[in-house]
Amino acid sequence: MEQKNNTLLFYTLLYFVFLYLPVLFLPLFSFNDADYMSFPLSGFTTEHYEEMWGSVNLHKALWASIKVGVVASIVSTIIALFAAKAFARYKFRGENISYGAIMMPFLIPEIILAVSILVIWLSLGFKLGLIPVTLGHILFCTPFAMLILIARIEGFDFSLEEASRDLGENAWGTFYRVSLPLYLPGIIASLLLSFIISFDEFILAFFLTGSDATLPMYMWGQMRFIQKLPHVLALGAVIIVFTTMIVLLAFWLRNIGQGKDKAELGIKIHE
Amino acid sequence: MLHALQKFYAKSESVRAYTMLSPALILIFLLMLIPMILMLSFSFFTQISFVEIDYTFTIQRYIDFFQKNLLVSLLIKSLKISFLVTLITLLTAYPVCYYIAFYVKKNKMLWLVMLTLPFWTSYLLRVFSWKIILGTKGVINSSLINAGLLSEPLTFLMYSETAVIITLTHAYAAFALLPLYVSLEKIDFSLIEAGRDLGLSRLEVFWKITFPLSMPGVIGAILIIFIPTVGDYVTPALLGGTDGRMLSNMIQAYFGKINNIPLGAASATIMLFTVALVTMIVSYTTKKLTQRIS
Repeated sequence: MEQKNNTLLFYTLLYFVFLYLPVLFLPLFSFNDADYMSFPLSGFTTEHYEEMWGSVNLHKALWASIKVGVVASIVSTIIALFAAKAFARYKFRGENISYGAIMMPFLIPEIILAVSILVIWLSLGFKLGLIPVTLGHILFCTPFAMLILIARIEGFDFSLEEASRDLGENAWGTFYRVSLPLYLPGIIASLLLSFIISFDEFILAFFLTGSDATLPMYMWGQMRFIQKLPHVLALGAVIIVFTTMIVLLAFWLRNIGQGKDKAELGIKIHE
Repeated sequence: MLHALQKFYAKSESVRAYTMLSPALILIFLLMLIPMILMLSFSFFTQISFVEIDYTFTIQRYIDFFQKNLLVSLLIKSLKISFLVTLITLLTAYPVCYYIAFYVKKNKMLWLVMLTLPFWTSYLLRVFSWKIILGTKGVINSSLINAGLLSEPLTFLMYSETAVIITLTHAYAAFALLPLYVSLEKIDFSLIEAGRDLGLSRLEVFWKITFPLSMPGVIGAILIIFIPTVGDYVTPALLGGTDGRMLSNMIQAYFGKINNIPLGAASATIMLFTVALVTMIVSYTTKKLTQRIS
């Protein structure tokens, strides 16, 4: 370990300011009694929140995002759980290629995934809406979910499962009684983080929603009107508080029963 | 006998592994591979009217792309912006990761969670918050004017390439921080101490030992920042104006209001191949470079 280095510490703290300050302006201006977001602040108000709460379209968009997020996070976590287990447990031919293929949606510019799904969806004669958005989100969340789950499952003592099977438990019983309780923190973390990714996702939704707006699409629509901006700020502030809580919960869950530094925040560099 | 048994076991292990991988692989196949192949084939068609497409094979769309100066210059600009964003993000994030990996002794996890937390708030909102900061009546301009330092707002801040680069650097920070930290954290500190004991200066130790060993993180960061930023749509649309427009904004227009799906598909394909090419070049040169250094 190195000794102290105040210059580097100061730089690191400055970097934190750069990371956090922009995000904190949203809640700050959401309570500001003015239509423009500029200094000096003109007074405290909760009017923007009341205005936001009263919007019917917002409620519809919120509900659409929740539906998409719940389905996408559950499906991608299930798919990712099987895949993560295969990678953590077995050595097999084509392991790297399969891993690369499953990580691809994370590595391809999102706009390309979006227009590809758009083209096939329209060619098949289907209507745009929440279904293609959900499918796109499942594709996009699966690599994230898999990274989180691999980090959790790796280092898992698989002899526990073998012992359970030797003691006469069938595959499902072994999964339900032995593996699931041990994986559970990882599974919940994966569900929460996938939900957040889907909930915030914009580009796929932009191309695939048609007329059923998700919440980010709704915000995008509002951002074009200057008089609607304060109301977007209020909504943004609520979303920031809500996502931060969920993400902290997910991180906390992920680290239960693990060496603290071993967990690498869900992003594991595969070798 | 034993050998055959082992072989069979290895084989059955592959079978089991692929059974478990099949849902994920089917997902990739149906929702990524097939759609992308279809998109590729659309790039060889012709849009005749607003709704009609002529399905005879032609490479005319690719010729169109390279004949339209606008598209080529947008491609170059997208690459340039992504390159700058990648470089700036790496240079600014590296010291932070270095600090946490080698100087922070307690609660490293907490530091890392704190670093990545802003990344989880909605991308759209993060971009939007930069609009608040950089806007003509935004935080920077209104503060400077109030302080009497400026009489007119600074216009280069908003709707420009600069705005896009600043915002993307902020938006993709986590993608540099995590891989860099992971690779720095793995370095055995005794190697660094050994280097110092052998009389190398701090700078030499860094260039000859620490930096080459952190290379996997650097490559990882380059790729996961460069690739998505080339295709970024939101930031240039919200903050770029005409100056900061990127190729994705044109792709969107071809699939949207211009409605020329084949040309849009050709542009997307060209973007994809450019990204793939850059990926290969980056991996290859960094590999060569690390070999030379070590």
